[in-house]
Amino acid sequence: MLKRRSILPGFGISLGYSVLYLSLLVLLPLSMLFLKTATMEWPQFWAIVSSERALASYRLTFGTAFVASLINVFFGFLVAWALVRYRFPGRNMIDALIDLPFALPTAVAGIALTTLFTETGWVGQYLIKYGIKVAFTPLGIVIALIFIGLPFVVRTVQSVLEELDGEYEEAAASLGANRIQIFMKVIMPNLWPAVITGFALAFARTIGEYGSVVFISGNMPMKTEIAPLLIMARLEQFDYAGATAIAVVMLLISFALLFMINLLQWWSSRRLA
Amino acid sequence: MENSINTGGSGKRLSRSQTEPFAIRWLLISVAFVFLALFLFLPLCAIFAQAFEKGFGTYIEAIKDPDTLQSIKLTLIAACVSLPLNLLFGISASWAIAKFDFYGKSMLLALIDLPFAVSPVVAGMVFVLLFGINGMFGEWLQAHDLKVIFAVPGIILATMFVTFPFIARELIPLMQGQGSEEEEAALVLGAGGIKTFFKITLPNIKWGLLYGMILCNARAMGEFGAVSVVSGHIRGETNTLPLQVEILYNEYNFAAAFALASLLTLLALVTLCIKKALEWKASLNSHPL
Repeated sequence: MLKRRSILPGFGISLGYSVLYLSLLVLLPLSMLFLKTATMEWPQFWAIVSSERALASYRLTFGTAFVASLINVFFGFLVAWALVRYRFPGRNMIDALIDLPFALPTAVAGIALTTLFTETGWVGQYLIKYGIKVAFTPLGIVIALIFIGLPFVVRTVQSVLEELDGEYEEAAASLGANRIQIFMKVIMPNLWPAVITGFALAFARTIGEYGSVVFISGNMPMKTEIAPLLIMARLEQFDYAGATAIAVVMLLISFALLFMINLLQWWSSRRLA
Repeated sequence: MENSINTGGSGKRLSRSQTEPFAIRWLLISVAFVFLALFLFLPLCAIFAQAFEKGFGTYIEAIKDPDTLQSIKLTLIAACVSLPLNLLFGISASWAIAKFDFYGKSMLLALIDLPFAVSPVVAGMVFVLLFGINGMFGEWLQAHDLKVIFAVPGIILATMFVTFPFIARELIPLMQGQGSEEEEAALVLGAGGIKTFFKITLPNIKWGLLYGMILCNARAMGEFGAVSVVSGHIRGETNTLPLQVEILYNEYNFAAAFALASLLTLLALVTLCIKKALEWKASLNSHPL
């Protein structure tokens, strides 16, 4: 299997152990989804994945994840820009805190956001005066997903922004370009791949999110039930076929996204090189 | 995929042509501040405010509850089992991938990322399909009076699954960047494989290793969706700390729910501090994570 001989020892055992562990813990369990699906008749499978309730849940899942990721692209870019380009008090603390959504258990994020945005919460009580209801509506799901997806956009854009060479900007400025022209024509072309990758990473993460959404969404079928919640509801009724069919659909979409992200990263690393 | 590392605060000065006028600069900073205040600071404050709303006595009471203590114990067990196993995998996978050139390497790399692409709910349910009553090994397990789903082993398996890539993802790029000249030199000079690993490789990767471990640990202790599917929510038996938070919250016992949530929040904050310290340490040692 080796392409090139090496004097380092342990190739066989390290690769063997890795593949064995990967197969037992990840591949075997995941293949159960497809095995289970294979035992279903096509019409039965199709009826489950295209039922009204399932379609409503896909619409909600992808719709809210899309909106939340778009909002994150905008504000995440701004945060990354401020962190890299500007010096201000508290910058280091904010930089550390950006990763909070990675480190904070999703259930904790869920109850905290719900408490803030209910009609009596710190934020919700002001929004309700303007007739904006957040908790137990799709808007609440968007809020939870913004929280979850934020670090993906900030970190992806931040690392590229830090590597950006200032010389091009100076050259453009000395040739008479103004700041807006420099931003649009010199900086942004280098950042696009990172922005799109950040969006895709946030989107991929948020379509599977469960813990933070379950508290704030209210979980009403057809209205505020995201796809992972629907899977959960099917499992609780011991309807494994129903749960599996929807899980397979979600999984295939996630794989497609993962493939796209890898392609994007390959593309952007080639551009930078 | 889960985390990208930045070295933060390189502190290089920007020339005049590279920055915006003062007013625009502060407008942008203010907008970023307001956004982060709303989505990061406020939830943090809310957790601690709610936790101590009914006083310190209630807080301690909530944590001393036997069911809660049991859930803390289970959370620790799940983390203590999944962390070393994923560590072993992380080291062996990164050794194979970073030090050798073999066919199917990029395939293996992509497969390691798989658990990140899977919704936590799906991660939990695949184990139900394997070990549940109607699952593949369900009958066999029942015949031998073994329980995996709605029991501790299921919780550990689900935790292992979701934390699977963390350490490997951290070590692979690190070791790839370091190459293998130092190890080769040690071997040529007569050191054995084990000795080379402990004297050369391990000191080189120790900060990255720690980094991966604290991230892995944070996720292991905080995992909710996957564990929720396999746990069955049996009080005092199969509830981890995050699940206990959910139960208390759904019973409108908000003070207790937030008291436990504040413990998990402290864990998250400590994780972030160690992470930041490791990034700083790594930048000093010029071994960027």
